[in-house]
Amino acid sequence: MNLSLLLEMASSASDERIAVVSGDVALSAIDLDTAARRVAARFLEMGATGVVYCGTNDVSFPIALFAASYAGIPFIPLNYRLGVEQLQPLVEANAGAVVVAEVMPVVGADPAMTVDRRELLDEAFAATSDVELPGFVDPEDVAVLLYTSGTSGTPKAAILRHRHLTAYVIGTVEFAGAEPEQAALVTVPPYHIAGMANLLSNLYAGRRIVYLEAFDAEVWIDTVRREGVTQAMVVPTMLARVVTHLDGSPADLPTLRTLSYGGARMPLPVLEQALELFAGTGFVNAYGLTETSSTIALLGPDDHAAAFAGDPVAKVRLGSVGKVLPGIEVEVRDEDGNVLAVGEPGLVFLRGEQVSGEYDAGSVIDEAGWFPTRDRGWIDADDYLFIEGRADDTIIRGGENIAPAEIEDVLVRHPAVDSACVVGLPNDEWGQSIAAAVVLSAGRSTTVEELQAYCREHLRGSKTPETIVFRDELPHTPTGKLLRREVLADLAG
Amino acid sequence: MDIKAGSRLACPECSTELVVVKPPSAPVALTCSGVAIVEATADRPGGGHGDAAGEGALVGKRYADEETGLEVLCAKPGPGTLAADGRVIEIKGAKPLPSSD
Repeated sequence: MNLSLLLEMASSASDERIAVVSGDVALSAIDLDTAARRVAARFLEMGATGVVYCGTNDVSFPIALFAASYAGIPFIPLNYRLGVEQLQPLVEANAGAVVVAEVMPVVGADPAMTVDRRELLDEAFAATSDVELPGFVDPEDVAVLLYTSGTSGTPKAAILRHRHLTAYVIGTVEFAGAEPEQAALVTVPPYHIAGMANLLSNLYAGRRIVYLEAFDAEVWIDTVRREGVTQAMVVPTMLARVVTHLDGSPADLPTLRTLSYGGARMPLPVLEQALELFAGTGFVNAYGLTETSSTIALLGPDDHAAAFAGDPVAKVRLGSVGKVLPGIEVEVRDEDGNVLAVGEPGLVFLRGEQVSGEYDAGSVIDEAGWFPTRDRGWIDADDYLFIEGRADDTIIRGGENIAPAEIEDVLVRHPAVDSACVVGLPNDEWGQSIAAAVVLSAGRSTTVEELQAYCREHLRGSKTPETIVFRDELPHTPTGKLLRREVLADLAG
Repeated sequence: MDIKAGSRLACPECSTELVVVKPPSAPVALTCSGVAIVEATADRPGGGHGDAAGEGALVGKRYADEETGLEVLCAKPGPGTLAADGRVIEIKGAKPLPSSD
């Protein structure tokens, strides 16, 4: 299996229905397939060894992706928002690749190998090419190189082979299963694994993909209404902005059947408000990593509805990522590699066909096929997986492992707190001490002492932050991941 | 015929086209209503299977042979019935999931 075959199948099943919409351009799967083959031949003629995509969501993204697959070369979407110092080394690391750009020129790119993305739609762009496409693309070939968002420092390239991504799609999506009126609104960028998974899944399901170039709460709501969107995926910061924009009024989006979220930890107060405002919409929490070809666990609409209705067990599970997908195995191990019992927190390991666990520097999959996610978590008696956060972020205070998320979850429940980030500061007595950066809700005030008392009331004293500072905002990546190392530098400095 | 992962296969007599998801653990004779499956690029006379019984090969469905581990995905549907060494191979059950994308 390879990615272009997914498009080929979608195109053969297509009843001329629209596959992708962006602005005023709408293409069927057949149009996409035709364009991708034409562009693939042109890329090969240019001698490209890969396809770098540097831009926002647009119909040129799927054309470039599938052209890369047809040509048998890797697709490398880059974060177009990166500064010159960060973008240039990534472009230069992929010298030999054709660069498909939204904005020209791209720093570090060979002008002769740079293509304006609008040209991909232009038949003249490849009209002269008579290069033959390779008929067979090996499932072992690299399909996509994705630079992980790198909240811990320098980005590294995760390698996803055709077999990983296609295993995810054919294992979780019913081919041509979408009804003709279904549409998915996609706001996660092409360089995010969720953007990749959204494209492949919806195309394979026969569900129209509606792209928004940039996220804006009001535009998002208007687009759901105008396009009759039935499915949408958001990262937590996007949902928080939609909830803030609604300001207590019902979302009133009757077409929206499913709203899924993932990409970062969802603050419970935001989720609870959203459940209230989006009556009639089913919520799905999707957990996965770049290295696992996106989603490996889901908390579904029924679990969300039960929690909203007040079921005490379901309310606890609202803080989980649900159950792992069929075909995925999960183990929780201690630092020495021993598998832990139900309920015991430790390091999360995953195994399955969609799990790559490979980087440009090599694979981290162990001999038995397990991928160390470096996430900490635990599994309850009914197989619900709870994720506490990155193992690297765990605070060790006086020998006790403390997940920052546990304290953050309490802090954001305080009515005066909008958001919080908890980090460990070096401490001679305890090894680490607990510090929190807190952003207050608009028009609210509180004191350090009050927040400490609030934490002591809901957590043990040893988990109460010794230091609390107030900040106007917290640093996030563009896709909503909290940049803890920047908060740490701020608080330690 | 070498059945390797990613290979495109087809029935010479009907419209069925397959992609190999998992190769078999040992050589196996893959057939469509008794006719040997061939490489998709091979000659395909397309005479049909006469009265093909059963629901045929359904596009987008995975067919798996438990004995050899062979798994194929149907890329183009056809009326024939798939078999490995004479054993009819069945649709691999997929649990429908809520859309997360």
